[in-house]
Amino acid sequence: MMQRAASWSFSADDAQRINRLLQDFLHGSSARCALLVDRTGQLITTAGEQPDFDSTAFASLAAADFSANDQLASMIGEQEFSSLFHQGEKESMYLADVAKRVILVVLFDDRATLGMIRIKVKNLVGELTEVFREVFDRAATAPAQPLATAWADAAEDEIDRLFGSR
Amino acid sequence: MSMINYASREINCKIVYYGPGLGGKTTNLEYVYEKVAPNTRGKLVSLATETERTLFFDFLPVDLGTIRGFKTRFHLYTVPGQVYYNASRKLILKGVDGVVFVADSQVERLDANIEAMHNLYDNLAEYGLDPRELPFVIQYNKRDLPNIAPVSELEANLNPTHVPSFEAVGTRGIGVFDTLKEASKQVIKSLS
Repeated sequence: MMQRAASWSFSADDAQRINRLLQDFLHGSSARCALLVDRTGQLITTAGEQPDFDSTAFASLAAADFSANDQLASMIGEQEFSSLFHQGEKESMYLADVAKRVILVVLFDDRATLGMIRIKVKNLVGELTEVFREVFDRAATAPAQPLATAWADAAEDEIDRLFGSR
Repeated sequence: MSMINYASREINCKIVYYGPGLGGKTTNLEYVYEKVAPNTRGKLVSLATETERTLFFDFLPVDLGTIRGFKTRFHLYTVPGQVYYNASRKLILKGVDGVVFVADSQVERLDANIEAMHNLYDNLAEYGLDPRELPFVIQYNKRDLPNIAPVSELEANLNPTHVPSFEAVGTRGIGVFDTLKEASKQVIKSLS
């Protein structure tokens, strides 16, 4: 069996720095909520109003949305669409790339304007990019430690219990 | 490429069900959705056409619960099997931790199985992944149908590296959890 630690990890310090940036952004832009999703569809964190939808499903769809649009961009000869905007009647979404590995999703209603969101997101993306570059550089030079064998044993027991006798 | 989030103490692992069109990938996920305890699974998201063929993917998160302080979750995805959806298939493989190849056991689908397996190897290679080094399980589905190829023939054509394989009847749930159990255990081992 191959041994393969996780490709990157995310510490409490990273989370704190990112959360502060997101909170400042929400305060300055009047957006309701900001989510960070990695490109594989996993939710990293949320800030602002707690979403009242299934955020796990939301993250997988947001990543798929962004990836599909990436491919569309390359088909029309663009390197990428670095941001996407979905307008609803009451709620809208603005998605932006962060360091090519993470997607920032901002949810806002008519208390915020698209122009303001656009400007504030641009600044936020710059700040988040710095933090994530550090996270990824750290992962590249010192890959995440494999998880303890005790964790794996416990997880396998749980798999047996959940998927076992059916 | 699972991500360990030490801040929220979460580990998410991605398992992708791959294989030819109409082989039973979505059926596998639907059975898992039906049978696991409702509090351990999230919403089953299906991006399908009007005729219920998978257009982009199906997605089902399954929670293992909190293991040694880490909330551990499997994200199960299917890909669209039809040949012309390759761009979508490739996108779903991004960040995959383990693959379940669902083969259609019917004799007339052998070529489609082989083509899908080649396509899987090609798409993994584009992400720099080698299937021999990735948690990998094969499921021979539709074993209840009359015109099926013997498992030995399927093994010879689809499983040169002898990864674990299971016979299944997805519509009745036979073999579905055996397959998932093996794939998820391999993924867990690969992280420890």
